[in-house]
Amino acid sequence: MSTVTPMTTAKPVPSTEPDAGAAARPASQLGALELRGISRAYGAHTALHPLDLTIRGGEFVALLGPSGCGKTTALNSLAGLLPLTAGEIVLDGRRIDTLPPEKRGFGMVFQNYALFPHLTVRANVAFGLKMRGVGKAETTRRVDAVLALVHLGEQAHKHPGQLSGGQQQRVAIARAIVMEPPLVLMDEPLSNLDAALRLEMRSEIRRIHQEFGLTTLYVTHDQEEALSLADRLVVLHEGRVSQIGTPADLYEHPANPHVAAFMGYRNLLPLTVTSADAAGAAATGRGLTVRGTAVGDGQLREGGPVTVAIRPEDLRIAGADEPALGEAVAEIVEYHGRVLHVEAVTREGDRIHLKSSGTVRPGDALSVAVDAERALFFPEPAPSTVAATEPAGEVPS
Amino acid sequence: MTVVLPQSPSRPALRHRLAERGVDRTLLLVLPGALAVIALFCYPFLYGLQLSFQPASGGVLGAYHAFFSEPFARKSIWQTFSLAIPASLINVGVSVPISYRMRRDFRGKRLLLALLVVPITLGTVLTAEGILEFYGPAGWFNHTLNLLGLASSPVQLTMNYTGVLLSLIISGFPFAYLLTHSYLSGIHPSLEKAASTLGADWWQRFRHITFPLLLPGLMTTFCLSFVMAFAVFPSAMMVGDPDGKTHVISIEAYEAALEHFDYAQGCADAMIMTVLMLVVIVAVTTLRSRLYSGSTGGKG
Repeated sequence: MSTVTPMTTAKPVPSTEPDAGAAARPASQLGALELRGISRAYGAHTALHPLDLTIRGGEFVALLGPSGCGKTTALNSLAGLLPLTAGEIVLDGRRIDTLPPEKRGFGMVFQNYALFPHLTVRANVAFGLKMRGVGKAETTRRVDAVLALVHLGEQAHKHPGQLSGGQQQRVAIARAIVMEPPLVLMDEPLSNLDAALRLEMRSEIRRIHQEFGLTTLYVTHDQEEALSLADRLVVLHEGRVSQIGTPADLYEHPANPHVAAFMGYRNLLPLTVTSADAAGAAATGRGLTVRGTAVGDGQLREGGPVTVAIRPEDLRIAGADEPALGEAVAEIVEYHGRVLHVEAVTREGDRIHLKSSGTVRPGDALSVAVDAERALFFPEPAPSTVAATEPAGEVPS
Repeated sequence: MTVVLPQSPSRPALRHRLAERGVDRTLLLVLPGALAVIALFCYPFLYGLQLSFQPASGGVLGAYHAFFSEPFARKSIWQTFSLAIPASLINVGVSVPISYRMRRDFRGKRLLLALLVVPITLGTVLTAEGILEFYGPAGWFNHTLNLLGLASSPVQLTMNYTGVLLSLIISGFPFAYLLTHSYLSGIHPSLEKAASTLGADWWQRFRHITFPLLLPGLMTTFCLSFVMAFAVFPSAMMVGDPDGKTHVISIEAYEAALEHFDYAQGCADAMIMTVLMLVVIVAVTTLRSRLYSGSTGGKG
């Protein structure tokens, strides 16, 4: 299968120096990729509403959202596996949305890896080069370099069925990047791995992205994964963009309750504004009273509805002389090492989540408090799907 | 009070040891089937085998010798192969592009599927009769050709090789199609999508991904198609030329046993037929075992 790499005096053999190939690579193959109002409809159902996004070379962008939010539709449209209903895709000034997938030249990592089961690891990785008619010696050199990069040099002769999940994942990545594509698309690549391996592969993906100078569009429903990997996040909700920004932007300043829910604001309380002025805002309802900070685009008005978003870690058991947000009875207490995760029920039947470093037992009556700058007031009423008791996505632990 | 001695740990119970080898009581369910096979297949086969070694003249191998020394009988081997091999290749070959296309959903798919599979429900005799009516010298086919001015005299499509081949294709295609279709749907669609993102056009995707994964299934389909076609009898009689171009082995055996009442010869002919079929099947399955035959799902 393998052929002898012709050695030139100038170049070191790639397999012995895995970083040689990566170091010699330019920063990125891509200038800018523009998505201009791309959308996709299935009959009457619009899976993806017009999406505008510009991805710059070297960027790691994550499309984040719950299942059915249109993120995989967006990715498949970009790859050419799904035709667009409207809009255009422009790669460095060249329109590419009319090209079939094989002409776009993007690398893609599939959720189920989609490795060719009848080919060896080496042949899987070399497949794209073979289709492009790259010479044998050049193919061997590039495949060796990529396999070394994903630490799979030893497994090159094996079939995918003989590899572990993490190894298969790395073959899928190697196969996508060996072409040195201008853009790598990843469709929930870690969702089939167990928790420990997922963490390991997460840093691996980031390392490969940096070492190889890739531009990556990464689809995930796991906000922790998106926050830790991406330079920029695009949060989708029901086929529409909720917010685009850096991880810090989204984490600190979520644009709406939906993004807040995704960013770990597990407590979303539908209350009524009692006062709103320059000093701050206050809201009450359902047996709770809270002072907080107005965020978002809308205006707070007295008597109007507001969604108050608070992270579990910002909610604490109130001190003796502190104004409390309300009373609740602890129902479920989970041990998480240094802190306890407490789910408590208010007198009105709302569930609130908080973290406590002190001892809390199920059945304890708790008086909880929050700092005003940690309680975000979103003037628009929360959409029905984002209920306080139903947080979307996983919560960072 | 009785004392139960514990079993020695080095020697587990017989039931456990049998279970280790995959033998348990549910295996008894195989028994009725096995008995039926022995009574309905093995016994008649062995009976026929020993009968074939007891011809009226010529010693133990007399019947076999008679078959191979008679040019007309010997030629039936060639005639059977020349019908069965093309028919099976056509059936398998045609079912590949059709089932490839039928993987996608489109309007009227169910109707088309029903039309493709309906010939299974027709018996060979009905098919043969249909062929005679439709493709015969005064049939619709020749009528149409004549009306269109494409043929001045009727094209001879029945009572010859073509008639039997048509019949074998009509009755054998549904089986080949159904098998190919199920093999093809076992190949995960993401594999082709992955290949296309790697720059493979439709032909490269088929040639390098789908076809190699489908090939073992196609070989099995070929074997089944071949066995059905090799045993051709009614259509060779009804739409063929049983005394000439379509004098296949089964007709040779039938004539020996039921027209000349030479049972030993008939059995010998049947045994020759069996051996020839086995040779082809063993050759194809040997070839198949050298191919990749693992998972065809997306996850390697």
